[in-house]
Amino acid sequence: MWNLRDKYAIAGIGCTAYTAKSGRTVLSLAVEACRKAVDDAGLAMAEVDGVVSFNFGDSVPSIAVATGLGLPSARYAVEFSSGGNAANLIVQAAAAAIEAGLAKNVLCFRAMNGRSGFRLGGGRELNSRGITQFTAPFGWITYPQAMAMWCRRHMIEYGTTSEQLGTVAVTCRRNASENERAMMRQPIALADHQSSRMIVEPFHLLDICLESDGACAVLVTSAAAAKDLRHPPVYIMGAAYGGGPNQGDDLFDAIRWPDHAHNYSKYIADDLWRSAGVGPQDVDVAEIYDCFTYSVLMQLEGFGFCKEGEGGEYVQNGRIDRDGELPINTHGGLLSEAYIHGLNHVFEAVEQLRGRAGARQIAGAEIALTTAGAMTCGSALVLRR
Amino acid sequence: MTYAKPVPVPDPDTRPFWEGCLQGKLLLQRCDACSGFRFPPSESCPNCGSERVSWVGSTGRGKVFSWIVVTHPVPREIYAADVPYVVALVELEEGVRMATNIVGCAPASIAAAMHVEVVFDRVSDEVALPKFRPARTHRAD
Repeated sequence: MWNLRDKYAIAGIGCTAYTAKSGRTVLSLAVEACRKAVDDAGLAMAEVDGVVSFNFGDSVPSIAVATGLGLPSARYAVEFSSGGNAANLIVQAAAAAIEAGLAKNVLCFRAMNGRSGFRLGGGRELNSRGITQFTAPFGWITYPQAMAMWCRRHMIEYGTTSEQLGTVAVTCRRNASENERAMMRQPIALADHQSSRMIVEPFHLLDICLESDGACAVLVTSAAAAKDLRHPPVYIMGAAYGGGPNQGDDLFDAIRWPDHAHNYSKYIADDLWRSAGVGPQDVDVAEIYDCFTYSVLMQLEGFGFCKEGEGGEYVQNGRIDRDGELPINTHGGLLSEAYIHGLNHVFEAVEQLRGRAGARQIAGAEIALTTAGAMTCGSALVLRR
Repeated sequence: MTYAKPVPVPDPDTRPFWEGCLQGKLLLQRCDACSGFRFPPSESCPNCGSERVSWVGSTGRGKVFSWIVVTHPVPREIYAADVPYVVALVELEEGVRMATNIVGCAPASIAAAMHVEVVFDRVSDEVALPKFRPARTHRAD
């Protein structure tokens, strides 16, 4: 379990514009976001000696970014081969590396041309090898198709409705309307969600996140060092990564997963809250991984904001609105800000805890939850100002 | 006409499964040491680690564990003519799950725990895919 409560902090954040067609290389996007994060921290570039990232074969190696930034001594430039499940893991890994003496100031980034370049929602090879030989030949190919299977289980077990899913989409869009970074800012009503095109039952188009070109970065350093930098530190209270038994042969595969009505969050929640020393009742704002509307419900249950099966009811009646009991995805999330694979949730949490989120600001936000992942494995952070 | 959809590429662990399908048999691995069924196939048993294994015939019967209805084809050029189609996770009587298609019924008629039975869709000389249709006969629970 994470045992570094409050010893490390996020001291800088940076991002590019989020677009459907950047017209730039992924490396350029990554370098821009990282440079901005270092500038935001008020740190000299030469002080940065680590770069951690994750990708799906759709990005650039951390050493390329270290080279592009001109880092004189990149002691810890590594990447995880992962999806959104790693968006908080890389922050945890950066702090762990500093604790181990491997580096002092570590950039974490995610960069991709996720709309104009390699699209995660696209098809797979016709020749299906490995675990894919048991999925793709049945036309089970995309992540919306994978996740819809999970959502259906929740509907079967608990009677969750499409309207409850839609509440998440509407909430995220309303928040995005106040966010100048967001790709989709036009508010929607529940009726718009319900009448949006069916993509894969039970998912309508508006249950599915955006595809985005862009990059996002955060700079991790020790709490002691962070105190001397430009902004008040955002401390990493708690962190957890993992999942349950039978996490599968790749991120798509969940054939042997115990029950798709629950995801990784159920399995890492105890570690997360114990490491942070707080509980769900202490969270002021939650940036919850929303590759699909449904994944939000499952994580609200898994992390203990409500009981198993009650996620659908929980999100109704304004509870997750900006002025509700648990404001979620204040930037609009992956559904409406951009799909930067979850690292943009960390960016927003830092803005909230700094009190610099403008019209989106949750008054007095002191503790934030960020989560990353939707299926068998994932990561989460508890941050505080 | 050649079959232009994704096809399985058997490997040393999975070849007996696919060869069984070509012969109209749904074969599963059962561990000789702990007697557990497992799927997808693997060289060693995830439960006990034994590499001693037997391929045994499944009853081919099971229940729908979860299902989706694909209405937006991806890639379009491959699946445009097939939508809507149903992908399901079927739990076999032996206790393992597999991904498959439900055929022979309207998507709207599918329900959780519906009884299904295997049918083999021979898509080419080399490949038969195990799909499932509503059970015509099933044992009482």
